[in-house]
Amino acid sequence: MFKAVADHHRRRLLDSVARDEGQTLSELCASMPMSRIGVMKHLDILEQAGLITTRKVGRERLHYLNPEPLRDIDSWLGGYRSRWEERMDRLEELINRTQASDQAKEKKDAKA
Amino acid sequence: MPKRSIVAEPNQHSIVATTVFNAPRELVFSVMTDPEMMPEWWGPCNLTTTVDKMEVWSGGSWRFVVYGEKGKEWAFHGVYHAIEAPERIVFTYEYEDLPGHVSLETTLFEDQDGGTKMTTISVFQSVEDRDGMMESDMNEGDQESMDRLEELLTAKMQVAV
Repeated sequence: MFKAVADHHRRRLLDSVARDEGQTLSELCASMPMSRIGVMKHLDILEQAGLITTRKVGRERLHYLNPEPLRDIDSWLGGYRSRWEERMDRLEELINRTQASDQAKEKKDAKA
Repeated sequence: MPKRSIVAEPNQHSIVATTVFNAPRELVFSVMTDPEMMPEWWGPCNLTTTVDKMEVWSGGSWRFVVYGEKGKEWAFHGVYHAIEAPERIVFTYEYEDLPGHVSLETTLFEDQDGGTKMTTISVFQSVEDRDGMMESDMNEGDQESMDRLEELLTAKMQVAV
């Protein structure tokens, strides 16, 4: 799963599928700087990792995103992120407060 | 560009976190290196953080203790290696319950659109240490649910917040 998203071509393919679901192989190829075979190989790895699903319509195969495995990554990041987010919220508030009081002081000094 | 982002590439030893403040670099730097300000932002907001030691110069030590309920406490310490106002802070970081697992923290401050972009690069001794840090949830902070897949994807295995 990590391997599947570790490659930047595959991340780009995932982005493309996420932006516009139900694309055919030809449509996906158009946005990638590589051969059709190359794109097929990458799609295959993504499908094996459970990140995309495909559906056959007539002669075409349409590609859809499966967000579940990505949610797992998100929760893996969750512990650290929530701590860091909280810390940054407070730091930002503190900086704003300090800035406001500095400005108030400058105004006062300017008046005096 | 998102205002904040955390990047943890798979199989790497590092975490890179960036955030943008709507304030000048000098101010951001001075707030971050002020021992009196530290308890107000560094620890989890539902707990009390105290500064045991904070010698903000190259070779100086720092130690913070976070106090929880029923006498629980968590202590962290390290050494400052570079204090270059208002550009860069380099220090080591160690959680005292996991002695020997030290990370090297580099915080960079850059001007950006009238504000300050702060980048923190944490380098761990192993991928396992890095992953352990990602998973640990000391303050059991509420994890916001992240339904916006688009964000996840554009952040490329890196979560943009």
